Amino acid sequence: MSTPFALSGTVSLVTGATGGIGRAAVKALADAGSKVIASDIAADASVAGATEYRRLDVTDEAAWEKLIAGIAANHGRLDILVNNAGISVTNSIAGTSLAEWRKCQAVNVEGVFLGTRAAAELLRRSGTDRKGGSSIVNLSSVGGIRGAAYMAAYCTSKGAVRLFTKSAAAEYAALSWPIRVNSVHPGGIDTEMMDTIYARYVETGLFPDEETARAIVSAGHALGRMGEPDEIAAGIVFLSAPGASFMTGSELVIDGGMTAR
Amino acid sequence: MMGGRRLEGRIALISGALRGIGRAIAECLAAEGATVILTDLDADGDAEPQAALAAIPDAVYIRLDATDEAGWQAARAQVERLFGHIDILVNNVGADLTGKVQDLTLDDWRRLMALNVDSVFLGTKTFQPLLAKGGASTPYGSSIINISSIMGLVGMSEVSAYSASKGAVRLFTKSNALEFADAGVPIRVNSVHPGFVETPLLHKGMERWAARDGNVTAQQLVDAMAQTTPIKRLAQPVEIGRVVAFLASDDSSYMTGSEVVVDGGWTAR
Repeated sequence: MSTPFALSGTVSLVTGATGGIGRAAVKALADAGSKVIASDIAADASVAGATEYRRLDVTDEAAWEKLIAGIAANHGRLDILVNNAGISVTNSIAGTSLAEWRKCQAVNVEGVFLGTRAAAELLRRSGTDRKGGSSIVNLSSVGGIRGAAYMAAYCTSKGAVRLFTKSAAAEYAALSWPIRVNSVHPGGIDTEMMDTIYARYVETGLFPDEETARAIVSAGHALGRMGEPDEIAAGIVFLSAPGASFMTGSELVIDGGMTAR
Repeated sequence: MMGGRRLEGRIALISGALRGIGRAIAECLAAEGATVILTDLDADGDAEPQAALAAIPDAVYIRLDATDEAGWQAARAQVERLFGHIDILVNNVGADLTGKVQDLTLDDWRRLMALNVDSVFLGTKTFQPLLAKGGASTPYGSSIINISSIMGLVGMSEVSAYSASKGAVRLFTKSNALEFADAGVPIRVNSVHPGFVETPLLHKGMERWAARDGNVTAQQLVDAMAQTTPIKRLAQPVEIGRVVAFLASDDSSYMTGSEVVVDGGWTAR
């Protein structure tokens, strides 16, 4: 067993790469030996560990085609796609506008669909000569497994990602394409997204202040603490490496024990 | 983080470690730098313990009937003497049992539950103090990995007893994870759910099934399993071993009470 967890010789694409989990994923993939293309909505950004940065709006079909064509031209392959870009909506159902709802589904669900569809052919070609094949890792959430008050739009989108993942896994297996597809389900991770969620909890009146919100969310994890972005990134690397060669359609729950009860 | 020796200095005990998945787990943990303690119930004259010890550097073998509480306690005493603590416990030992409910005897049922469920309870209970000791000196605690099955997630005809035993392991895992976390005991607990893995146990089980059925060969049953698995092959034991190595390592530091399904897509549809 030489290096079942190394990613040397691979090319990866991470969406939403300027967020907390995105940055950690880029760094961890690079540390494992992958050449990583970081992408996000910003025109330009510096992401530690990335070989290059490319702007990408994950809801833009044409932009996906162009980015994948560029990767094929410049690198000749793509082994790992991390569909990480996502946004949160924290609002009551009554207070959620249709526009807000659609934006959440567009980024969190359409983004995963478009990315998978655009990258599949290049991933398929690249997967034929790599142990364990190519890997798509979709970021779902514990919110894709359990509901939460004032998180209906977000939980709906993450539930969709969970089942899209399983169907994509089944489809590529049925086609005998060497692409494994798995989802990752983080609990509450210390990121800007969580800060936004705490602030919205307070604005919607669910909690009196952000400290209380944070304390209650934190206590919802059996381990009694929030997760760190690195702890999600390690799971993403694990799923992308040859060591996970028999895993497809699986959900990797990294939640400090939140959903065990 | 991904240097390939992620378990350097860690002590691991694996039950049912002489064959199949258990043996592969032991090799994967050793390859990541762990010192491994193999337990199993070899018959007199079996060559397997010597072969396993020859293949895995610094491994220790303890003969153990995993359904016997006194046996576990003796194993703990020996491990405590040798190492003082452990960091990883893999409750892997298990057997299969297939057949129609009306044809299963209560003795068969109890033997299966003893081997698949009692063994996990006894291993966890007996080694908890040594794991807590190990966990106190590592940044993210020690790790228990219980080997359940996809049959602990979904049902299958004529597999009821096995499914019941593996479903029990799945929920024992979660309750244990919460119990240790709530009490501040530094032990993470997760389950692994393999699909069909190419092991001696699988082949023997299919031979028994074929003998009972009379209209099918063991090889046809094995081939059918591969064909009904979405990625159209059985798992190799090492593909389970590497997942266990991940759960044993600090790379899974925020995982407890989770179930990792390694089934080539079987339960995705």
